[in-house]
Amino acid sequence: MSGVNRISGAGRLTPARTARFSFDGRTLTALEGDTVASALIANDIHLVGRSFKYHRPRGILSAGAEEPNALLDVSRDAARRQPNVRATVQEVFDGMKVASQNRWPSLAFDVGGFNDLLSPFFAAGFYYKTFMWPKAAWHALYEPFIRRAAGLGVAPTEPDPDHYASRYAHCDVLVVGAGVAGLAAALAAAKAGAKVILCDEQPDVGGALRYDSGTTIDGKPGYDWAQATGQALAAMDNVTLLTRTTAFGYYNHNFVGLVERVTDHLAAPDKALPRERLWQVRAKKVVLANGAIERHMVFANNDRPGILLASAGRTFLNHFGVAVGKKVGVYTAHDSAYEAAFDLRKAGVAVPVIVDCRERPGEAVLEKARELGIEVLKGHSVVNTTGKLRIASITVARNGGSGARKIAVDALLVSAGWTPSVHLFSQSRGKVKFDAETERFLPGTYAQDCLSIGACNGTDDLQATIDEALAAGELAARAAGAEGGAQVALTGQNAFDWTGGMIGAAEGAGPDTTVKAFIDFQHDVCAKDIRLAVREGMHSVEHIKRFTTNGMASDQGKLSNMHGLAIAAEALGKGIPEVGLTTFRQPYTPITFGAIVNHSRGSLFDPARKTPMHSWEEAQGAEFEDVGNWKRAWFYPKAGESMHDAVARECKTVRDVAGVFDASTLGKIEVVGPDAAQFLNLMYTNAWDNLKPGRCRYGIMLRDDGFVYDDGVVGRLAEDRFHVTTTTGGAPRVLQHMEDYLQTEFPHLKVWLTSTTEQWAVIAVQGPKAREIIAPLVEGIDLSNEALPHMSVAEGKICGVPTRLFRMSFTGELGFEVNVPADYGQAVWEAIWARAEPMGACAYGTETMHVLRAEKGYIIVGQDTDGTLTPHDAGVSWAVSKKKPDFVGIRGLKRPDLVKDGRKQLVGLLTKDPKVVLEEGAQIVADPNEPKPMTMLGHVTSSYWSSNCGRSIAMAVVAGGQARLGQTLYVPMADRTVAVEVSDMVFFDKEGGRLHG
Amino acid sequence: MRKYSVFAVAREALRGHKGWGPHWASPEPRPHYDVIIIGGGGHGLGAAYYLAKEHGITNVAVLEKGWIGGGNTGRNTTIIRSNYLYEESMDIYEHSLKLWENLSQDLNYNVMYSPRGVMMLSHNIHDQQSFKRHINANRLYGIDNDWLTPEQAKAYCPPLDIAKTARYPINGAALQRRGGTARHDAVAWGYARAASDRGVHIIQNCEVTGIRRDETGRVTGVDTNRGFIGAKKVGISAAGHSSVLMQMADVRVPLQSQPLQALVSEPLKPIFPCVVMSNSVHAYISQSDKGEFVIGAGTDQYNSYSQTGGLQIITHTLDAICELFPMFRRVKMMRQWGGIVDVTQDRSPIQGVTPVPGLYLNAGWGTGGFKATPGSANLFAHLIARGEPHRLAAGLTLERFRTGRLIDEAAAAAVAH
Amino acid sequence: MLLIYCPYCEEERSELEFRNGGDAHIARPTNIAEISDEEFEAYFFLRDNPKGVIFERWRHIHGCGRFFNAARDTVSDRFLTTYKAGEPKPNLDAAPETSATVETYEALEGAAQ
Repeated sequence: MSGVNRISGAGRLTPARTARFSFDGRTLTALEGDTVASALIANDIHLVGRSFKYHRPRGILSAGAEEPNALLDVSRDAARRQPNVRATVQEVFDGMKVASQNRWPSLAFDVGGFNDLLSPFFAAGFYYKTFMWPKAAWHALYEPFIRRAAGLGVAPTEPDPDHYASRYAHCDVLVVGAGVAGLAAALAAAKAGAKVILCDEQPDVGGALRYDSGTTIDGKPGYDWAQATGQALAAMDNVTLLTRTTAFGYYNHNFVGLVERVTDHLAAPDKALPRERLWQVRAKKVVLANGAIERHMVFANNDRPGILLASAGRTFLNHFGVAVGKKVGVYTAHDSAYEAAFDLRKAGVAVPVIVDCRERPGEAVLEKARELGIEVLKGHSVVNTTGKLRIASITVARNGGSGARKIAVDALLVSAGWTPSVHLFSQSRGKVKFDAETERFLPGTYAQDCLSIGACNGTDDLQATIDEALAAGELAARAAGAEGGAQVALTGQNAFDWTGGMIGAAEGAGPDTTVKAFIDFQHDVCAKDIRLAVREGMHSVEHIKRFTTNGMASDQGKLSNMHGLAIAAEALGKGIPEVGLTTFRQPYTPITFGAIVNHSRGSLFDPARKTPMHSWEEAQGAEFEDVGNWKRAWFYPKAGESMHDAVARECKTVRDVAGVFDASTLGKIEVVGPDAAQFLNLMYTNAWDNLKPGRCRYGIMLRDDGFVYDDGVVGRLAEDRFHVTTTTGGAPRVLQHMEDYLQTEFPHLKVWLTSTTEQWAVIAVQGPKAREIIAPLVEGIDLSNEALPHMSVAEGKICGVPTRLFRMSFTGELGFEVNVPADYGQAVWEAIWARAEPMGACAYGTETMHVLRAEKGYIIVGQDTDGTLTPHDAGVSWAVSKKKPDFVGIRGLKRPDLVKDGRKQLVGLLTKDPKVVLEEGAQIVADPNEPKPMTMLGHVTSSYWSSNCGRSIAMAVVAGGQARLGQTLYVPMADRTVAVEVSDMVFFDKEGGRLHG
Repeated sequence: MRKYSVFAVAREALRGHKGWGPHWASPEPRPHYDVIIIGGGGHGLGAAYYLAKEHGITNVAVLEKGWIGGGNTGRNTTIIRSNYLYEESMDIYEHSLKLWENLSQDLNYNVMYSPRGVMMLSHNIHDQQSFKRHINANRLYGIDNDWLTPEQAKAYCPPLDIAKTARYPINGAALQRRGGTARHDAVAWGYARAASDRGVHIIQNCEVTGIRRDETGRVTGVDTNRGFIGAKKVGISAAGHSSVLMQMADVRVPLQSQPLQALVSEPLKPIFPCVVMSNSVHAYISQSDKGEFVIGAGTDQYNSYSQTGGLQIITHTLDAICELFPMFRRVKMMRQWGGIVDVTQDRSPIQGVTPVPGLYLNAGWGTGGFKATPGSANLFAHLIARGEPHRLAAGLTLERFRTGRLIDEAAAAAVAH
Repeated sequence: MLLIYCPYCEEERSELEFRNGGDAHIARPTNIAEISDEEFEAYFFLRDNPKGVIFERWRHIHGCGRFFNAARDTVSDRFLTTYKAGEPKPNLDAAPETSATVETYEALEGAAQ
């Protein structure tokens, strides 16, 4: 038996197909297709949780995505645990474990329930008024207490082992919602030939037809018609039907995000399947068929387990075959709840009373109630309820308060009418308008290419909905360019036309009362809280929301917004449209981070860029560092070597013998065209006209504001061809910067720019034996000092492969940079290494490169400069042409602050104690005894132990630095103060003779 | 003003909280004020409060076109810290942090300043150099900011993944223990209540449509949807719309208005004790007292006043969050939203006089406005009262865009090599 | 995510392919070396930052690589038109006014009388 409340013959599930699951440790039987909610109710369990603030017992309220109470912890295994799952949406699978939340030690006895007794103290916003004394106690005492009490579920603590998928999709017409309206619209659009995507959050199509019992469409029972139509649509080539798929967000330019739940309902999902799939849909037209959400009644103690929305009672009965109780009362302001009573009575469930607060319910439902012998109390209201963990009775009174009597029930179905779901319409930034007659907000002014149809558009009548949907579907298809012929006609008939509805507090929960009549169940917001907010001067609906937290829970006010608004309007003495709605934001219902992130994790989070020689470096045991998204060989430790040892050895070896360095990550841009030199004249501070083909020059690039932007060596290969290098991190922005000026400021120049960073592998061979190492491998290039002097470039072959061979140096040694096509990088590297290693040379990494260049005072843009330094500050004013009439940055450089005295300038620093290595980022002062805040002159930008100098060396920016050479300054650290002397920046081979071999 | 205390709450609890009055009064505007402040966010309301409290100027109106605290004050991720690099920044943010520490008591309104610590993750050597530069500068300036090893960072924030195998492993962190969060709405309401109590007029639904000047060019008042309101001095503190208002006085300013998005998760039991930021992977996250993860995203790339942005911006941020905290992939996003930030080229604010006599500007706080609220408000009040900037805000004037004396926090932190 | 029409590719493509390039029609002075500090400030820093139609630059960076211009409403984020670099500012009088139908979120939020 799948539960004591299962009604034989009712519902659409198959009795033979059971699934077992546990709830708080108790094993229960469900049917396949059950939601957790329907399975629990089938087993006569209504109590499923505790509320946020007062820890009041709470039951299942709805049968859909709007559920505020039944949030449970659902797990497949330890790592696949999901908090805050709506029991009304989650389908049961065999073996699932379900646990209630926010209670201790147990659901039935929760210590936090004490809060309910103190609730007079915990009025809305009380925390703003207290917990202020003593000062430190908020963070130390009160806040931890409040934090522990708040929150609902427990966050997962293990990495999520599931994977998620992503798909971009384009369509002519996206239809959101597969109820009557959505199905009809999708059918019309598809038959007209449009490419259609139809999605619905439920596992099956049908929408409101899932709870319905009396509707026929095309002569078939409504639900059956829906299934047949869904199957027909799914079979069409031009239709994608997505169930268990929530359209969560409507963004700019008809971009709609959907999340498809792929495996959460399966007992043993295929490992290849993603748990969820994100669909990012760009639709030419969007048809919104979101339906409407039933509201609860706002009366005293309306939150007991066993009190449900009337439509939920019908869904559980008509779809799942489950009665919500044995003696079910109804309290309503709307005809629709009567049908719930009728269905229950027909299923053999006792319905002692329908309490209707209206004096004039719809005639047709009254007649039917009489026929079925159900007592209807018109003009009456439920003014209270009893029952500790489940509703036991209702107190009913004539409106006005007379004739109160208690009626025993074990469940109560409530309905205050229906709220059109304008969520997605509002997310599209359409403007809603208030319909005073029906007291509801409906789509008003559209902002994007979309249409609303059916209940979300305020269309109540079935045939009108069908006609509106068919017309919208075809219109959308035509507007998107579909030209197919077939038209669709459908007729529908429903059992009863509904009237009625109310918003705001019901009888007995009015302004003069202090009863707990809940509006927002999850956040424990009562009608009186709204009134208190108004009394405290919160007159904007946004202030009321924020002060009371009404509508801020995980259901985002799907049930509570309209009630809150009506009560606020009454308290303010204003009309509802003048008070206005709070904003609907994405997502419609909460969606997992995993679905949004999908494939972007681990190595796909940000794919690592690796050089052609990466695997060789890895095999040699190199440690790598992240530079931008590149992986660069950092140093090559030998067995037993620390980083310090390895770097000291590499530094020494390069200067004594030679070293091989992977410089492939340097940005490279090919600048080609008759005006290439003229273009570089504008982009760099240097002059390029006089650079002869075959020679190189170090260039400085500024922004127009005069600050150093990038640097690099530029080789001229021919009159009209330059090989430009940039910093590793700067390559993309330098190209963008060049393209920007070329296309928009200097479009008259005939120049073409091509990124060649990944086309060339670059092998730097540096050191006294560099020439000897590469000479036998090189063909067609004279490597002598005369033919290929420092700062020159030649084209030829190495190892039989074409090369651009640069004679240049970032170490101060005789050096070459061998550029070869990337595919040959590793082969050429290995050939060079085969010669280098026997000579005693080493492979070196970026750390050694940094030390060696610092020994020579070569700057690294981005480390020694930071976007606030001019070329003069950086000590490279020699690279700024005094003759050119224009270059980018020429005017910025002349601004008053950029030419004034005392600017921070790059200098060298030598610690008085040569063994002390300064911390990079350490600050420099003149007076180490000055009290804080101290006057800081600058900071250390680069600092290393130099084995070649036998001491520490550092570079720093210091205010007025170039005038301070020889001065003693101080670096105050947390534990000591280091005295330093300002020096020039060249620490090794000051004459530069080694460059020339 | 009725004093808020645990005793007052207890007394009211016994009589159904019928005795509470409005937080702030809602008077009709007077024809003329000594000072009008345009913009009823934390900065504007705070400035009005400090004008009254510290400068004795009480004939003040705060004009808000919507509801107070409805701009960026009510849309941010509430992070508070002062561990900036340059003296100009340290001056104002530390001034602000010191005011935060006593704000609840000063206003008699619990703004829930929670010094839970702000931790900035370092992922590479460049980050490390930059953070150490900050830490050393902060220490010599008297601002707390500590370097943590990955293990120390994990001890302070247990959910952190410090595995070396991560795509961008953590090689350390900078922690400002006095940094933290506060309750954003409470800041607006607390200032409003305290300012109103001192006679300041708070006028909501009052949109400024023009700024009037006399023949000498001096400000005389503002046109609004409720008519002309005269004023000797006008202060603009309307983040997002600063350019629009300055255009009313025919002044162009170096500002761009861009969407800035944020999101919260569903509420969960406390698991995340502090604020964690990572500049390298573009993420910041904390957990609110209600249990929601509060996650800030970046700005969209274009100018917009729409208060909404693209899903790809949110996605980028969540990518980073889930990479740092792989267990959070099953956590759900409950709500996302957007604000409008006005951004300067050097990512530092503007506070100072304008070319129009009597018109003062407080703008350009970009993504850092909330943490600056008390400090900015306090110094803006000084500027308006005295007609010249306070020492601590002297570097923030408009002049720097002419002279080139920029305060480039972004450049100092963000350049790769 | 915006949908942007590239006037060179003659196609609508996702914003992911584009990079915004700030205000359009701000020409770098040809005599930039001679302009005053104030003129430089105006050229480099000062912007209209309109609430309404902005003329802005985009680059189809992951497509054709070209810079082009667009007129976009910064309230609705709707594009009025895009056009090639170097073409004059289009006359938008004929184009439909868009901000009348779309309001900012804040304008849609409740009033606070």
